[in-house]
Amino acid sequence: MAIIYIDHKAYEVTPGKNVLETCLTLGFNLPYFCWHPAMGSVGACRQCAVKLFKDEEDTKGRIVMSCMEMVKEGMFLSVEDPAAKAFRAQVIEWLMTNHPHDCAVCDEGGACHLQDMTVMTGHTYRRFQYQKRSYKNQYLGPFIHHEMNRCIQCYRCVRFYKDYAGGKDLDVFAAHNHVYFGRAEDGILENEFSGNLAEVCPTGVFTDKTLKAHYTRKWDMTMAPSICQHCSLGCNIIAGERYGELRQITSRFNAEVNGYFICDRGRFGYEFVNSKNRIQQPLIRTKVPDTNDKQNLYQHLKKILSTHKVMGIASPRASLEANFALRQLVGSTNFYHGISETEARLMRSILQTLGSGQVQSPSLKEIEAADAILILGEDLHNSAPMMALAVRQAIRKAPFEAAQQIGIPSWHDAALLGFTQDKKGTLFIAYPTKTKLDELAANTMHRAPDDIARIGYAIANMLNPLSPSPEDIGQDDLKLAKRIAGIIKQAERPLIICGTSLCHEALIKAATNIAVALGTKEKKAGLSFVVPECNSMGLAMMEAPSLMQAAEALKKGEADTLIVLENDLYRGTQKKDIDDLFSYCKELIVLDHLHNETTGKASVLIPVATFAEAEGTMVNNEGRAQRFFQVFDPKNENFRESWRWLDEFKQFKNGVNPEDLAAPGNLITTLVALMPQFKGAETAAPDAGFRINGQKIPREPHRYSGRTAMLANINVSEPKPSEDQNSALSFTMEGYRGMPPAPLTPFFWAPGWNSGQSVNKYQEEVGGALQGGNPGKKLFPEIPVAGKTFLNDIPPAFTPLPGEWLMLPLSHIFGSEELSIYTPGIAERAPRPYLAISKNDAKRLKVLDEEILQLQLQDQIYQLPVLIKEELPDGLAGIPHHIPELTAIAWPANGILTKPK
Amino acid sequence: MISLLRTIRLTFLHMFRKRETIPYPEEKVSLHPRWRGRIVLTRDPDMGERCVGCYLCAAACPVDCISLQATEDENGRRYPEFFRINFSRCIFCGYCEEACPTYAIQLIPDFEMGEYNRQDLVYEKEDLLINSQGKYPGYNYYKVAGIDAGIKGKGEGDNEEPPIDIHSLLP
Repeated sequence: MAIIYIDHKAYEVTPGKNVLETCLTLGFNLPYFCWHPAMGSVGACRQCAVKLFKDEEDTKGRIVMSCMEMVKEGMFLSVEDPAAKAFRAQVIEWLMTNHPHDCAVCDEGGACHLQDMTVMTGHTYRRFQYQKRSYKNQYLGPFIHHEMNRCIQCYRCVRFYKDYAGGKDLDVFAAHNHVYFGRAEDGILENEFSGNLAEVCPTGVFTDKTLKAHYTRKWDMTMAPSICQHCSLGCNIIAGERYGELRQITSRFNAEVNGYFICDRGRFGYEFVNSKNRIQQPLIRTKVPDTNDKQNLYQHLKKILSTHKVMGIASPRASLEANFALRQLVGSTNFYHGISETEARLMRSILQTLGSGQVQSPSLKEIEAADAILILGEDLHNSAPMMALAVRQAIRKAPFEAAQQIGIPSWHDAALLGFTQDKKGTLFIAYPTKTKLDELAANTMHRAPDDIARIGYAIANMLNPLSPSPEDIGQDDLKLAKRIAGIIKQAERPLIICGTSLCHEALIKAATNIAVALGTKEKKAGLSFVVPECNSMGLAMMEAPSLMQAAEALKKGEADTLIVLENDLYRGTQKKDIDDLFSYCKELIVLDHLHNETTGKASVLIPVATFAEAEGTMVNNEGRAQRFFQVFDPKNENFRESWRWLDEFKQFKNGVNPEDLAAPGNLITTLVALMPQFKGAETAAPDAGFRINGQKIPREPHRYSGRTAMLANINVSEPKPSEDQNSALSFTMEGYRGMPPAPLTPFFWAPGWNSGQSVNKYQEEVGGALQGGNPGKKLFPEIPVAGKTFLNDIPPAFTPLPGEWLMLPLSHIFGSEELSIYTPGIAERAPRPYLAISKNDAKRLKVLDEEILQLQLQDQIYQLPVLIKEELPDGLAGIPHHIPELTAIAWPANGILTKPK
Repeated sequence: MISLLRTIRLTFLHMFRKRETIPYPEEKVSLHPRWRGRIVLTRDPDMGERCVGCYLCAAACPVDCISLQATEDENGRRYPEFFRINFSRCIFCGYCEEACPTYAIQLIPDFEMGEYNRQDLVYEKEDLLINSQGKYPGYNYYKVAGIDAGIKGKGEGDNEEPPIDIHSLLP
C-alpha cells in the first residue's frame, strides 16, 4: 500500500493504479468521459484534470490528467484546486458548445453521464453565441438508434466496438472538429455486442431502439436484479418494468460473470414477456372457458391428481424451484428430464467431469485471464456470446504481462496497443465451419466432430501417455496435436472450452482427457463447458431419466397423466416420438408462458410467469447458482410462478381442498435438504426475511413518478401496492435507501451519478468486486483428487457415408434460442433456413449457391437453399440449429440430399 | 364605554366601504394571469402538440399525480400516447410548469373544477389539450432541438450549421 495526499489529507491506496480510479474508489466525485474501468485510459477527453504537486512545499503545481497518472508513494494531489476545477468546467463548456438542446427527447436523459458530469462541474449557462455543428444520422439496424449531433468525441464507442469486442463495421471518420462515429454506410451493426454501445456511450449518440418503442426514463422503472435466460452463462442483468410491461434490460455488473457487458441476445431478447403469444388464462380443453376459470381448474385438477397416476416432465429453462416443485408433486420416481436422450447423455458426461474434482470450471473472469485456449467443437459467438467476448479479452490481453515488465501499467490502453501491435495470446479452434474467433486463432481445424474428438484424444495422449491414443491418426493431425499440446503445456493458465452444440459426446470426453492430463496436483486445468439452456446444469444436477425413458414408462402403464413444465417438447426431438408419448396419456397438463406446439396438445393448459414475473434460482454452465427476482406483479392474475401452481397441485394430491390451500414454504431450503449436491444454492441471495434497519429494499428509485395517476383511469382510489412475500425486495419506492447487498441490488444509483457509471460506488475498488462480494454461489466444491482417470471412447475417423450426409446443427446467436425470437428485431436478424455443404459436395450434387436442395431428414422433407462453405469437410451438411422453421429434429442426425425435380 | 362606542363607529363606517366579497358565480372573479389554476397542455405555433413526453413534469410532481407514456410518430416526433393528471391529488404547486422544457404544460387562471364525483377529477389528454399556445407564444421546441422530427431537417435550425460533409478534409 502507498500513502498519497489529496487536498492535504493522507490516504492509503494501491500503488500502480491510475489516479482517477483511485480517486473514485476513495469516493471523490471526479468527472471523466473517455476512461472506462474495462477499457482503461487514453487521456482523450481532458475532463479528469487534477493538480499534481512536486512536494509538500510546492504551491504552484501543474494540471495533469488523472487517468494518465500512476499512483506513486507520497504523491501530493489536489482535486479541489481552483485552477483544476476551472479547467474541468472549461472542458465541459467546450463540449457543450455543440451539444444539442435534446435532453427532453433524448433516451439517455435521466441516466446520462454527460448530464451528471455537467452538473458536477457546475456549468449551467451557454456563453457561446455561435451556431452548433450538426451531422446526419445513420440507420444502424433494429437494436441501436444513432443520433450523432449529441457526440462529445470521447472515442469510447470505437474503443469498445473495435478494440474490445472486435467489431469491424463501426469507425471514426473525418477530421478535426468534424469527426464522425458510425459505419462507412447505413446498415445493421454486425457485432454481437453492439447493444453495449448504449451503455458505453456517455451521452445519447447510441441508444436502445427497443426501449425507444416504449420509452421510459430510468427513474420511472420498477427494477429487479435478474439473470439472463437466453444462454447457459447466466449473465447478470437488471430488468425494468413500467405499466405492466417489461421495458428494458441492462447489464448488472458482476466481476466474476459478465463484468460490465452483456450480449445483444440478452439485452434485446426480452420482448417475449410482452408478447401477444402469451397464454392468458387457464384452459380445460373439454370445457368452455367461463369467468370462474380458476375455481373450475382447481376442481378439475383435484379430480385428476387424486385419481390418476401422474408423471412430470421437467425443463432446462425453468428455475430450480419450479423443477423441484414438480419433483415434489410427482415423486422422484416419476420425475423425468424434458430433454432428449442425446442431450441427457451429454449433460451427464459434463456433470461427471465437473463433479469429479479433476478439473476446474472457470468463471468468465477466469477465462479472460487464460493465456492459451483450445476450443473443441463450439462456435462461441453463437452458442455463448459472452464467453466469446471473454476469450477475445484473454487473447488480446495475453501480451500485456510482458508490457508490465517494461513499466506499462495495465490500464494504459493507448500505450498497450502500441506495445502489443499484433502480438496476441494463443488460441486453437476446432469446429467444422469458420467461426468469428478464427481471426484470432493460431490454428483452426475445420473437421468433422469425430475427427475433432480424435485430435483432442491425441493431444491428451501427448500430454499424458496414460490417456488413450487414437489409432491411425494422420501425420498432419499428429503434428498439429503435438504443437497444441506443447503450447498448452507451457501455458500458465491454459483453458479448454467444449460444449454440447454439436451434440457429440466424444468431444466432451476428449476435452475432459486433455484437462485431466494438463492438471497438476497443485493446479487443476480449466475446462469450461457450454450447455444448451439457462438452467440445463441445474436440471442435470437433479439426476433423473430422459424423455425417452418417460415414453417407455408411459408405455408400460406406470402413469397415465403427464405434467409438462415450461418445455416445448416438439423442439428437441422428432415429432412422431412426442406424438407417441402424448398418445399414451389420458390427460396432458402443460404449464408454460407462450403458446407452442406442446401447449396446443394440452388437455389442461396453465399460464405461468416468465422470469420477469417470477423468482427463482438457476445454475449456470460453470455451476454457479444465481437468484433472479420478480420484477413486477403482473396485471394478469393468472401469470403465477410455476412453483406456486405446482405446490398447490401437490396439496390437491394430498387431499387439500381448494379453499384451504397454504402458501408454499421455502422451496430452495427443502431442495438443499433433499439433494445435498445443491448445498450453497440457498445462500445465493439473502432470504425473504432479510431487512436492513427493519426495511425492505425498494425496487423503484426514489424519484419514481405517477404513483397516484397511473391507475387513476381505472379507479381514482389508489389500490394498495402489492407486497412481495418471497423476497426482501419491495414493489414500491419506500424502503432502505442505502447500499443493498450485491445480490439484491435492483439498480445502480448514487447521488450525482444517475447513469450506469454509478456502479463505481457499489464496488469495493473501482473495476473490482461488488461490496460484500459478487452475487452467486459456486456449487461444485473443490475436492482434492489424487489419481487421474482417463476416459476411453475414441470414435473412428469420419468417413462420408455413401448417399448420406452427417447433419450439423449450426448455432446462431439470433434465432437458435426459443424465447428471444419473439423480439421483432431478433427475428429480423435470425437467418433464413439454409443448407451448408462443402464445395466438393456441391459440385457432386451439381448445385450452385442459393439453389434449392431437398433434404430428407428423419421423417421430414425440407426444401432448402444451398450455402456453400468452402471450409466444410465433405460429407457434412449444416443447418441452422433450432430456428423456428427447422425444429423437431432428433440430433445427431443423418440426412439425404437430392436435387428436386 | 369609549371602546364600545369606537367599535360601533368602526362597524358602522364599514357599511360605506367597497365590498370584499362578490356574488359568485353571477359575477366572475378576476384572476391574475400568473394564477396557478387548472393545468392545460398547449400547442406550438404550428398547432402541433408541444408535449414531447419527457417525463420531467411527472418527476417534478411532489404528489406524483401526473402519468404519461411517450410515443413517436412516423417522423420521429415524440408526443404523449396518454397524459393523465389526477386533479384530486394535484396541489397546484406549478412545479410541472417550471420543469417543462417545451412550455407545453401550463397552469392557467381557472379554478372552477368542482365535481360531485371524485373519479371525474381524473383528466386525460383530451381534457387537458387546448388549441392555444398559452402564455408563451411563438416557441417551438423542435425548431431548436438537434433532432429531425419532421419540423426541420438536420442543420436547418436557426442555431445550427449545415450538416457536416464527413468526406471533406478541409478545415
